[in-house]
Amino acid sequence: MGVVEPFRDSALVERVVEALRSLSMPRSIRIMHVCGTHENSIARFGLRELLPSTIRVIAGPGCPVCVCPVEDIEMAMRLSLEKGVILATFGDMVRIPTPSGSLLDAKARGGDVRIVYSPFDALQLAERNPTEEVVFFSVGFETTACGVAAMILQGVPRNLSFLVSHRLIPPAMEFLLGVGDIRIDGFIIPGHVTTVMGLEEYRIFPEAYGMPVVSAGFEPVDVLTAILMIGRQIKDGKALCENAYRRAVKEAGNRKAKEAMAEVFTVSDAYWRGIGRLPRSGLILKGEYDRIDARKRFSIDLREPSLDLNPGCSCHLIMIGKIDPPSCPLFGRRCTPQTPYGPCMVSFDGTCNVWYRHRQG
Amino acid sequence: MCLAIPMKVKRIRDGSGIVEYRGVEREVSLLLLEDVREGDYILVHAGFAIGKIDEEAARETLDLIEDLFQEQSPYGTSGRRIGSGFDD
Repeated sequence: MGVVEPFRDSALVERVVEALRSLSMPRSIRIMHVCGTHENSIARFGLRELLPSTIRVIAGPGCPVCVCPVEDIEMAMRLSLEKGVILATFGDMVRIPTPSGSLLDAKARGGDVRIVYSPFDALQLAERNPTEEVVFFSVGFETTACGVAAMILQGVPRNLSFLVSHRLIPPAMEFLLGVGDIRIDGFIIPGHVTTVMGLEEYRIFPEAYGMPVVSAGFEPVDVLTAILMIGRQIKDGKALCENAYRRAVKEAGNRKAKEAMAEVFTVSDAYWRGIGRLPRSGLILKGEYDRIDARKRFSIDLREPSLDLNPGCSCHLIMIGKIDPPSCPLFGRRCTPQTPYGPCMVSFDGTCNVWYRHRQG
Repeated sequence: MCLAIPMKVKRIRDGSGIVEYRGVEREVSLLLLEDVREGDYILVHAGFAIGKIDEEAARETLDLIEDLFQEQSPYGTSGRRIGSGFDD
């Protein structure tokens, strides 16, 4: 048996869809996912069109580069321009617009900005350029943070430091439940974040909020099964934390990955672009790693950051699932992947980018 | 940043796994995993293997889905939903 094919099998997809349609929900429900990769799967396989009209799936803040604060991007730009460092980061990150430009603009103005695929590429850059300072702008959720932590624990060259901007998923979910006018009846929780972290930290949602949560993989059968399981819980009047991605997600998660993160990072309050400051939602380097903390190694005086979003951008509403991208007047007109106006149109994980690539007509 | 598709480890070299993605070989760090063997399927994120695919559990999931269908059938064994097939 392959590990992908059974979960893409069209006969099985049809059977899950049939089960969803015969659920006959007593009321309309809204299920949120918080993962750009889920949005990609849902759009690519046209899963929304398969759902009964009583079940809606909405995208939450699942794009790490979209929620990265302007302040951090501006700091990265200034490190490259004012401190002359080689600034290395992921491809998505360099094009994210801020009111004062993007990292690509900093590159055009003479900053040495490099795109890397993995944190190890930044490490190699530092090894190859021993007389230069290299800063890795480390952005991502738990799935990225664990690798960075493991690499740091192995030891890094003296000329490599980290501008850390990692964010954690569960605090964002908790925040969304407190926003009065967004209705959420259940969460599809991200398969790879839970592969790393396990399910324990998600039990609070059914237990304290009565909110069903189901971990899901990324094939059509995975996502539809998670929706079916949430629908079943709601219909049965239950709230549970369930696992529809057992081939990857184990109850305790990935022990080595969690240990590495706990060794290197400490949890702190953190700002989410377009959303605000959320308690205990970010990671910062522990004090013993000050030496490789770019915020401490380079004295960049903190200025008041620019506006969160360009005027008229709706990313703050799209990221919390309040509106769909086509409800933004700029979507597909002023704002396209070629001419992105807001962060959600840039990244492969951004909801606007995904909807634009898979739009019909 | 996240590749949803598991990749098969072709070779292991100096603590790294060599996987093939779209015809190109890539090196993936195995620092975060224990007991990876050639032939295993791994989940890769930003150059790191973050998890291994458990083929046994994949089969269990397919069984679980069958159970869901059974429970939901109006003729299923749970008895809770008899008649639900006629709701609409």
